[in-house]
Amino acid sequence: MQKLTNRSVQVDRSPMTMGEKMYLPAIAKGLGITLSHIFKKKATVNYPEEKRPFSPVFRGLHILNRDEEGREKCTACGLCALACPAEAITMEAAERKPGEEHLYREEKYAAKYEINMLRCIFCGYCEEACPKDAVYLTETLMPASYQRKEFIYKKEDLLIPHPKKTETK
Amino acid sequence: MSEVQNFKVTIDNITIEVPAGTSILNAARMIGGEVTPPAMCYYSKLKESGGKCRTCLVEVSKGSEKDPRPMPKLVASCRTNVMDGMEVKNITSEKVVDARKGIVEMLLINHPLDCPVCDQAGECHLQDLSYEHGTEGTRYDFERRTFEKEDIGPYISLHMTRCILCYRCVFTADELTNKREHGVLERGDHSSISTLLNKSLDNEFIGNIIDVCPVGALTDKTFRFKNRVWFTKPVDVHRDCPTCSGKARAWMRGDEVYRVTARKDQWGEVEEWICNDCRFHKKETTDWVIEGPSKIDRRSVISQGHYVDTKTTQILINNVIGKEPRLLMDIHDVSDVNKPEVELSRIPGPAHSDDFKTTRD
Repeated sequence: MQKLTNRSVQVDRSPMTMGEKMYLPAIAKGLGITLSHIFKKKATVNYPEEKRPFSPVFRGLHILNRDEEGREKCTACGLCALACPAEAITMEAAERKPGEEHLYREEKYAAKYEINMLRCIFCGYCEEACPKDAVYLTETLMPASYQRKEFIYKKEDLLIPHPKKTETK
Repeated sequence: MSEVQNFKVTIDNITIEVPAGTSILNAARMIGGEVTPPAMCYYSKLKESGGKCRTCLVEVSKGSEKDPRPMPKLVASCRTNVMDGMEVKNITSEKVVDARKGIVEMLLINHPLDCPVCDQAGECHLQDLSYEHGTEGTRYDFERRTFEKEDIGPYISLHMTRCILCYRCVFTADELTNKREHGVLERGDHSSISTLLNKSLDNEFIGNIIDVCPVGALTDKTFRFKNRVWFTKPVDVHRDCPTCSGKARAWMRGDEVYRVTARKDQWGEVEEWICNDCRFHKKETTDWVIEGPSKIDRRSVISQGHYVDTKTTQILINNVIGKEPRLLMDIHDVSDVNKPEVELSRIPGPAHSDDFKTTRD
């Protein structure tokens, strides 16, 4: 039969020699391997103190962006929901009223915006589709939870903090 | 005796016989497919329409059998009639493709490109045209023209910045109403669709100017911002209407009727005009008799997520465990979207922040 790799070794079934029957050299050899690993580089890191760097293309939890004046960028155009292969994003749009100009950048905004993180596959298509630079995938890992309802992220959970309000605090 | 003479015309190497007096555009539409030049202003149901936007420019490489000289310039195919033995080049001509690119750039010079906000996105002819024939970027550095916002009534919203001045709505009003109340004011860069004195358009059939508009300049106020076109499902419906034919297309989501428009044919033209009552006031499923889902081109974004001839597979888990599986979470208990208290399709205008207040508490 043709070998798949060159690593396969024929099992040696010849009777053991005197040296092999004594076992002690084999034990010493095994301990030697164990000892040599002390001086090798560790495969693990001390997690909370030390963190592995993320890949530059890592896609984590979503955020909804604001502009420099703290107005919401999202206009509920629905392109993220259209692009979403898992159908995780839903939204409802509303018209900006006079006097709400400091809250929303354009005359239409997302009154409701939800991402179902149980459905989300973090493909990043929503970020790619967004024409207003409103939705981004961050380097934050999605936190675990005991309850399914905690994974429905509403607009308030996704919006980044207001830039002006945090400065004054 | 009175039989109309037939002319032989060749468009993009496809020969067809058409009656004399047919325009090149209509001859190309008889062939169909890619041969047909796009048209932004021409509308076969409206007299006088056409000749304004120049997107239907074609090259005539042979004038006719008797006079085989080519026409010196590109001609507007909606306004040029065929001659016997005429040879026309549309997409096979480099000149036409290049000219069309220029025309798209011209049309988009003052267009605000606010497609994410615009309700027409998804069924906008200018969007289709610029995807197919336009360039990626703009070379225009100046401020785009802006207009003072004009209110033309409770049902139609006018966004003059998006208008490409195709005059279709003007001709529609001429054709369907006794007294036209809106028109194009001013000249050149300042020309705008207006009623001059902020009058509201309230003719029984004036709603059809929404369907006729190739861009998002005239949109339905009762549908404004409520949903994107491609998330609603077009359904052919009819009702017994005393004023119009009653044959319409309802854009539904679940069992809510979000919008009613006229039915459109493959060229995006209205098949039968419908009245304002059907369009703006009949937003209940009980008002309509449903005929079935509308046929939408499968390349259109509107057909996304709409499947036909689907088979539902039998759910076997019920048989195995002997009961309905218990849902660990019903999404409607958690989600704020699509709450039963907020019925978007029943709100007369666009939703505002206070329309959602009931659910926020």
